Amino acid sequence: MIKSILIFNNHGKPRLIRFYQYFAEEMQQQIIRETFHLVSKRDDNVCNFLEGGSLIGGSDDKLIYRHYATLYFVFCVDSSESELGILDLIQVFVETLDKCFENVCELDLIFHMDKVHYILQEVVMGGMVLETNMNEIVAQVELQNRMEKSEVAVQQPALKSHICEFAWRSVGGPRSRRLCREEHEPARDSPQHQHRRHQYQSAEPLPVLNGHPR
Amino acid sequence: MSTTPHAHIPTHIHPPIYSLTHTHTHTRTHTAMSPSVPLQEMIRAIRSARTQCEERGVIQRECAAIRAQFRQADNGGRSHNLAKLLYVHMLGYPAHFGQMECVRMIASPRYSEKRVGYLGAMMLLDEKQDASLLITNSIKNDLAHSNQYVQSLALCTLACMGSAEMCRDLAPEIDRLLRASNSYIKKKAALCAVHIVRKVHELGELFAPAARSLLSEKNHGVLHGAVVLIIELCERNPETLERFRKTVPDLVQIMKGLVLSGYSPEHDVSGISDPFLQVRILRLLRILGRNNEGASDAMNDLLAQVATNTDSTKTVGNAVLYETVLTVLDIKSESGLRVLAVNILGRFLLNNDRNIRYIAMTSLQKIVGTDHNAVQRHRGTIVDCLKDQDASVKRRSLELSLALVSASNIRSMMKELLLFLSSCPPELRSHAASGIFNAAERYAPSQRWHIDTMLHVLITAGGDVRDETVPNLIQLITNASELHCYTVHKLYRALLTDISQQSLVQVACWCIGEYGDLLLRGDCQETEPVQVTEDDALDALETVLQSHMSSPATRGFALTATMKLSTRITDNVDRIRSIVSIYGSCIDVELQQRAVEYNALFKKYDHMRAAVLERMPVIEKNSPGHTNGEFTGEAIRDIPTAKIKQGELPLLPQQPANQVCDLLDLLGGSEETLQPSPAPGLSINAASTAGGDLLDLLGGLEPALLAPAPTVPVYEKGGVTLTLSCEKQSDTGLTVTLTASNSTDSDISSFTLQAAVPKSVQLHMKAPSGDYLPARGTAKVIQMVVLNNPNKVNLKMRVRISYTRQASAFQDTVQIDSFPGLDAAGH
Repeated sequence: MIKSILIFNNHGKPRLIRFYQYFAEEMQQQIIRETFHLVSKRDDNVCNFLEGGSLIGGSDDKLIYRHYATLYFVFCVDSSESELGILDLIQVFVETLDKCFENVCELDLIFHMDKVHYILQEVVMGGMVLETNMNEIVAQVELQNRMEKSEVAVQQPALKSHICEFAWRSVGGPRSRRLCREEHEPARDSPQHQHRRHQYQSAEPLPVLNGHPR
Repeated sequence: MSTTPHAHIPTHIHPPIYSLTHTHTHTRTHTAMSPSVPLQEMIRAIRSARTQCEERGVIQRECAAIRAQFRQADNGGRSHNLAKLLYVHMLGYPAHFGQMECVRMIASPRYSEKRVGYLGAMMLLDEKQDASLLITNSIKNDLAHSNQYVQSLALCTLACMGSAEMCRDLAPEIDRLLRASNSYIKKKAALCAVHIVRKVHELGELFAPAARSLLSEKNHGVLHGAVVLIIELCERNPETLERFRKTVPDLVQIMKGLVLSGYSPEHDVSGISDPFLQVRILRLLRILGRNNEGASDAMNDLLAQVATNTDSTKTVGNAVLYETVLTVLDIKSESGLRVLAVNILGRFLLNNDRNIRYIAMTSLQKIVGTDHNAVQRHRGTIVDCLKDQDASVKRRSLELSLALVSASNIRSMMKELLLFLSSCPPELRSHAASGIFNAAERYAPSQRWHIDTMLHVLITAGGDVRDETVPNLIQLITNASELHCYTVHKLYRALLTDISQQSLVQVACWCIGEYGDLLLRGDCQETEPVQVTEDDALDALETVLQSHMSSPATRGFALTATMKLSTRITDNVDRIRSIVSIYGSCIDVELQQRAVEYNALFKKYDHMRAAVLERMPVIEKNSPGHTNGEFTGEAIRDIPTAKIKQGELPLLPQQPANQVCDLLDLLGGSEETLQPSPAPGLSINAASTAGGDLLDLLGGLEPALLAPAPTVPVYEKGGVTLTLSCEKQSDTGLTVTLTASNSTDSDISSFTLQAAVPKSVQLHMKAPSGDYLPARGTAKVIQMVVLNNPNKVNLKMRVRISYTRQASAFQDTVQIDSFPGLDAAGH
C-alpha cells in the first residue's frame, strides 16, 4: 500500500501532499520536513530507494522517489508494493501530468494544485494503484473537467471570470514515451505556451519538468 | 465582514504589485460582502510574500475571508474557497474549520462542488471525527447516482477514509457496483472493496464471488483491481486462499496473454505489455503457490517463460523479472528454475544501475536462509557494494554481508567489515558494530583474534556500541587468562591514544585495575616491550578521572581501577590514597560514595584490603544475551545466599559496579547484608544496570514467590510481545509486572517502557531488568510497576513501547483497560 505521496521542490516547499492514512496537520508538516531532509542530501546518481524514515509507518516502509528538475516526487510505501513498480508508476504519473499540462513545470503544480489532485485520483485510489494506462487517465480527467466546466457555464455565468482559463489540452494520438524520457527543450516559444506562462505572472525562471528522472 | 488588521506587514516597503492588495484595501474600506479573490490570485499573493511573517499575514487575511464566506449562505464561490483552503492546508496552516464546509459541499447537487468537497473531505477529515459520519449518507446516495463521475467520487472517498462503520453500511452497495457493466466504476469498486476488507475482515466473504468473476474481464484496470482484491482476500483468510488456488490456470492464461501478445499501443510501456498488471499477477501467484505443490507446478512453465523472455535492458523489464524471481524463490519451484532465478539476481548485482543492485540485494537477503550457498557465490560482489557511496546500497550490503559470514570466511569478511565500520555513515554504525560482535562471537577462530576484533571495533566506533558490550568484553578477557598480559598492554596503549571512546576507556580501566601487575612487569612476549612505571599507569587513570569527556560510569571504572592497583603496586600506595580521598568530596554522589568506602577500606579495614581487591575469578561463560535479567526461581534464591558468603564477593564479575555494591554491604555492617543499600544513581547509569536488577529482584521477591499471578498478553506487534501480570499488595496498592520478549530474527536495543495512569493514581516504575532483547526470544525484559490507587478509580494504564531494531527506532502505545486477577477483587 502507498502510505503517502509527497511532492516538494528543491527547497522543501510542498507542492502536493496526499496521505492515505490520517496524520494531524503538524505531523504532516514534520513528515514533509523529515522526508525532504532525507531525500535532498542524497546525490543524484544514487539509488531511488531509502529506508529508515521513522515518522511514517513501520520497519518495512520505504521511501521511493524520483527527482525531476526542481521537484521531488516521493512515494512512501510498505512491502506490498514492488519497488521498481512504484518507480515506474511515478514516471507514469509525471508523464500524465506532462500530457495534461503540456510540458508541465513546477508552476503548473503550484497554480493548479486541485487539478493535480484530480489527476492523481485517477492514478492512485485509497493508497492503491488504480490505473496505469496514461491515455485512459488523461481521457477520464478531461471528461470530468468538461463536465465541471459545462455545469459552471450554465449555472454560474457571473463567476466565469474567476475560473481558471487554463485550457486542458486533449491528447492528440499516442505520444512517444521516449519524449518524456529524454532530455528535451520545451517548446517555450510556442504561442500557446507563452500564453499559459504569462498567466502565472511570475518573474522567476520557469523550471520545466523535462520528464527526465535526473 | 471582519478582516484582520495587518499593521505589522510592511506593505510600504515594496509597492503592491499584485492585485490582491487592492482587493483587500477595498474590502477593508467597504465592509460589505465582496467575493474573495480567485484561487490563483491568492497563490500569487502568498508567493510574493517576502518573509515568513508576511506570508503568514496574507494567509491569515485570506483565511478570515474564507471563514466569513463559509458562514454565508450559498454564494456560488464556495468551491473556490475550499480549494484555497486546501492550498493553505498544504502549506501547513490550520484548515480544520473547513471540515463542515466539506460536508455541505458533498451534499450539493453540483458536480463542481461535490468534486472539491470530496477532495477536501479526504484531506481534512479523520475517520474518527463526527463530521465523517455525516458524509455516510451522501456517499450512499452518490454511489447510486446516475453519473459515473459522481459515483467515482464517492468510491474514491470511501476507499480513502471509510471507517469500519461506514464500510459495514456500504459494503452491499460496493458488491453491487462490482457487478456493474461499467469498467470505470468496476475498477474503483474493486479497490474500494479492498479498503472495506482491510477495515472489516469478515466482509471478505461477501466480495469473494464477485472478485472471482472479475478475472474474466478484458479491461486491464479492472483486472488489476481484481488481482489486488484477491491478494487481500487470500492474505486475510486461509480458506479463501485455498479456494482461489483454483484460479491459477486463469491467472497463468492472463499472464501468457500479456507476455505473448504482440505490441499493443494501449498497454505498452517500453516494450513490455502492461508491466504493472504483470507484477501484480506475479505477486498473487506467489501467494497461491507458496507451500503448495499443485499450484506451483501449474505456474512453473509460465515463470520459466517470463524469466527467459523478458527484456532486461530497461527498468520496466527488470521490474517484471524481479517479481518473477521473487515468486520462483518463494513457491515450490523446480530446482532448475531456482538456479535460473538466482542467476538473474547475480546479473542484477552486476548491473550498473544502483536501483537494480539494491533490489538484487534485497531479494538475496530473503533467500540467504534457504539458499545460503547460492548467495555465497556472489559474496565478492556484495562485499564490494560495502564501498558504494550510496547509503541505501551500503545498508543492504551490510545486512547481506553479515548474513554471509561463516567459519570459513570469517577472517577475510571481518577485514572488510572493519574497514566498512571505519567509514560507514553514522546511522549504520551501531548496527554494523553489533553485527560484527555477533559474527565474531559465533565464528572467532581464536580468543586472541576475538579480543583484537572487539578492541578494534571499540577503537573505531566505541561511542556507538551497545551498553552490554563492556561487560561482555570484560568477561571474554577474564576467560582468556593466557592473554591477560597482552590485552592489558594493548588496552593501555589504546588508552594513551584516545580517552574519548567511553566503552573502550571503561574496558581499559578495568583491565589496568585487574591486571596492573602484569602491565608493570612488562615482560610480555606478544608485544614489543614497553616499560610502564607505576606512575605511568596511575597517570593514565587519573587523566580519565579528570577528563571532562569521561561519563560518570567511566569515572567509576577508573576510580575502582585505581583502588585495585593499590594491592598490585608497591611504591605509590600513598598516591592512590590521596586520589581516593580527593574523590571523597566529589560532587558526583556515586563517585563520592565509592571513594568514601575505599577510604574506609584503607583505614578501618586495611587488613581485609588485599583479600577484597583480589583478582576476579574466571567465570563460566553464560549465554550470549547475558541472563542477568532472567526471573527464575533459582536466580532469586542464589543471589541472597551467595551474598552472605564473604569469600565469594565477586558474584557478577563482569559488573565492577556491582562489586562495589557488595563491598559496601560487607563493610556497612553484616546484620544488613540482605538489604543492599540502594546506591543513589546506581540504576541510572548503564554500566551498573545489573546492580539495579539485583535490587529489583529482591524487591519483587516476595510477591513472585507467593503466588504466580495470571499472565495475559497485552501487546503483540512486529514480533515484540508484552505480557502483563498483577499482584494486589493491599487494598489500594498493586504491583504490575510487564514482561517483554522479541521473537524476530534481529536484536532489539534501547528497549524502554513508559507508563501513564489516571491522575488520581500514583505510579512508580522500578528499574527495568535491561534494555536489550536478543533475537528469537532468548532473553526477556521485565519491568515492575507499582500502582497506588487511593480513590479506587477504574484502573487504566497506557504503556508506551520504544526500541531500536536494525538501526531504526520504533514507538508504539498500548492501552490496558483490564488487569487480570483484579476484577474479582472489587473493581
